[in-house]
Amino acid sequence: MIKLKANGVDHSFYGDPETPLLWYLRDVLGLTGTKFGCGMALCGACTVHLNGEATRSCITPVKSAGGGDVLTIEGLGAHGLHPVQKAWMEINVPQCGYCQPGQIMQAAALLKTKPHPTDQDIDDAMSGNICRCGTYQRIRRAIKAAAQEVA
Amino acid sequence: MSTILNFSRREFVQGMFSAGAFVLCAQVVPTKLLAGSAVSSSTDPVAGTSFHPTIWLGIEPDGTVVIVASRSEMGSGSRTGVPIILADELEADWSRVRIAQAIGDAKYGGQDTDGSHSVRDLFEVMRQAGAAGRTMLEQAAAQHWNVPVTECEANFHTVVHKPSGRKLGYGELATAASKLPVPAKESLKFKPRSAWRYIGKETTLYDLHDVCTGKAGYGMDTRVEGMLYASIEHPPVLGGKVKSLDDKEALKVAGVKKVLTIEPFKPPHVFQPLGGVAVLADSTWAAFQGRQKLIVEWDNGPTAVYNSAGFRKELEATARQPGKVIRNVGDVDAEFAKGGKIVEAAYYTPHLAHVSMEPPVALADYRDGKVVAWAPTQNPQEVQQTGASVLGLKKEDVTCHVTLLGGGFGRKSKPDYVAEAALLSRAAGKPVKVVWSREDDIKFDYYHSVAALYMKAAVGADGMPTAWLQRSVFPPIASTFALNSTYGGADEMGLGWSDTPFAIPNLRAENGPATAHVRIGWFRSVANIYHAFAISSFVDELAHAAGRDPLDYMLALLGPDHILDRRLLPGNFGNYGASYEQYPIDTARLRRVAQLAAEKAGWGRRQMGKSEGMGIAMHRSFLTYVATVVRVEVDGQGKLRIRQVDTAVDAGTIVNRDTVLNQFEGAAVFGTSLALYGEITATGGVIDQSNFHDYQVCRINEAPEKVNVHIVESDAPPAGVGEPGVPPFAPALCNAIFAATGTRVRELPLSKTKLV
Repeated sequence: MIKLKANGVDHSFYGDPETPLLWYLRDVLGLTGTKFGCGMALCGACTVHLNGEATRSCITPVKSAGGGDVLTIEGLGAHGLHPVQKAWMEINVPQCGYCQPGQIMQAAALLKTKPHPTDQDIDDAMSGNICRCGTYQRIRRAIKAAAQEVA
Repeated sequence: MSTILNFSRREFVQGMFSAGAFVLCAQVVPTKLLAGSAVSSSTDPVAGTSFHPTIWLGIEPDGTVVIVASRSEMGSGSRTGVPIILADELEADWSRVRIAQAIGDAKYGGQDTDGSHSVRDLFEVMRQAGAAGRTMLEQAAAQHWNVPVTECEANFHTVVHKPSGRKLGYGELATAASKLPVPAKESLKFKPRSAWRYIGKETTLYDLHDVCTGKAGYGMDTRVEGMLYASIEHPPVLGGKVKSLDDKEALKVAGVKKVLTIEPFKPPHVFQPLGGVAVLADSTWAAFQGRQKLIVEWDNGPTAVYNSAGFRKELEATARQPGKVIRNVGDVDAEFAKGGKIVEAAYYTPHLAHVSMEPPVALADYRDGKVVAWAPTQNPQEVQQTGASVLGLKKEDVTCHVTLLGGGFGRKSKPDYVAEAALLSRAAGKPVKVVWSREDDIKFDYYHSVAALYMKAAVGADGMPTAWLQRSVFPPIASTFALNSTYGGADEMGLGWSDTPFAIPNLRAENGPATAHVRIGWFRSVANIYHAFAISSFVDELAHAAGRDPLDYMLALLGPDHILDRRLLPGNFGNYGASYEQYPIDTARLRRVAQLAAEKAGWGRRQMGKSEGMGIAMHRSFLTYVATVVRVEVDGQGKLRIRQVDTAVDAGTIVNRDTVLNQFEGAAVFGTSLALYGEITATGGVIDQSNFHDYQVCRINEAPEKVNVHIVESDAPPAGVGEPGVPPFAPALCNAIFAATGTRVRELPLSKTKLV
């Protein structure tokens, strides 16, 4: 049995400890905001925060999240929208929106460590997150707008 | 899964509110989630409202306006853009509008969300529905006050009695309005353009909040009680069959419930399932794990000889041979025979995969001879059609609910994956959700076609062509529908080939035959991609050969502003399904976008560094005129940097301005992906690529650093927006590379060069 917190709620997992966190969140806990995109940590759609750090849940076994604190897109704005979410809405970033929970979680993690990211910081942090619709220009703008608010 | 809300099927079918409970989304969020999600759940979302003058519109006594979205939302904004046309004409307050997603139903007309025609098809339909509702609300208010209707005016969700200033809200009027006859279409009066409240302005996407908070309902997110998850091992080669199967180890994987074999398709494949072996389990992960333990021996069939490298040589050889004449003006051969200067060039573009971020996925529930499916589909009526034919049912027995799509780009107009879910549900006796992995998506796509193109021009003393020959060779989309189809259909030829707008006295467009060895299908902007690449690259080559500015040269090719005479085009030219009278090829509009993009980019004015260059291309597609200027720089390491993109767009009347901007910004990134990396190859009939490491797409650090979109204000009828930004991008980029480096790129992707 593995215990972890997801969005502040305690859970116990009795399944295969090798199960990727992504599928535990989605299929068992019903937290479907975290998306499946590639299964190989190549696209970032499955990004959550594990103990505060951006983590690709599709290759993270539940066992390595044991005792940990998982934050998903559903939890990020649970007590009022996160500045990154607000900026995303102000700038109308999404097109299809499927990658955006992952983008938002990645951007929120970036701003925690770098409240005033440069373009290079943004490239470094966000280049693991693919947006097939091509909203990168707006993502960059929204991160900068959110940084203003965070600061 | 443990606790499931126990709603009966009957309640589910009855109405959109109770239905929400049947489709389970996040358990942590209560069922109200579904009202905001794109999961449609009622067969007629407006029938239960107090006032529903048309199939598109319902008004509740609390003033809520329900508008039906009949097209799919895959990121191109149609779920917002189409309903705001109705809301505008209704004089509705958008914040009080609820969008209800339609199921697949022929009563809505075509629902195929591709070809960039949702706004164009539905612009008048939405205005009529809105005007009918508004007129009836005004009449109801006039009756209530017992005053002439001419004194009553709808204004932002209320009707005002102008002389007295009395007001009644739409909700208050709904019941009374429902008792009035629906006015005849011909009697409707429309708002003047100057009074448009939403059309042409910016409206944020209806699902924006849900998307940014993780509540939006995509196909991947639908769940129902008691369902199984399925992962399918498809035949590695198109048309392959299972020779032997050992599923013992797969069945030992915890959570795996069943292993089922899906019969191979009967050619032509159309949208039939590919066949293969499905592992059904109680979670997605268990299904994936079980599948890895399958031991399958395949009979690969005749396609196993297909190698894309050799095939390329065949295509290129065919492109050097006379082809089928698609369009002919004057006498090209006579001009070539005169012995003047000849310029020729050959171009090549490979197969591409769509790779929408959400891989194909579908949930289906077969029960008592009927299927209910939930799918991220671009075409729910095709789901009905395909589902019915694969299962031997009637179309009416297949209900297709449309979820949000995590991207589509043409892939999700082919419902093979939905048919798989329906077949497996029937076999398993339970609802089944089929989940494709990224590897499945890339290896078993309906690919954008590979193409070889050959261009030849006779050039006069002024450097302008006196004769122009263009030949295009590609396995056609028709091969998906009919055996032995080797020539492009009139539809593909009309995508930037038979409609070349240049005023050249001798011009011939040809098409050579090619056999498909993979499934071929529509891909964002379709054949325009390779046609625009060849034509706009060749124009640039001719301009440089003539020592002329590429912009001036390109505009000179158009001749004086004119409407292209319909008689110069082939009889079967489709014009994207639109009337030529309403949407003619107007060279003035092409010229205008080219000049606008050039002006905004600083064409001819900007001081350029040694390793910098600008390139331009213009292209009309989906009835929209687009020109793109790309500015590149080759950095100290010899690597390509895309510094700036300026795209000018004349799409006629636009509906949602910010969506237009976002679509064209995105098209530059989509174009960057295909230009830099896009290439699907095959060895022994097996696709070589599998995931984002070997089928790369553009990431934020490689995207154009700045994309500026310039919209031409226009009162012309609305045209396409989702696709037309793509075709001119790659040639403009490659023309810029030539300007920067002197090296001409005649094949894609650029990852084969040292620049990427």
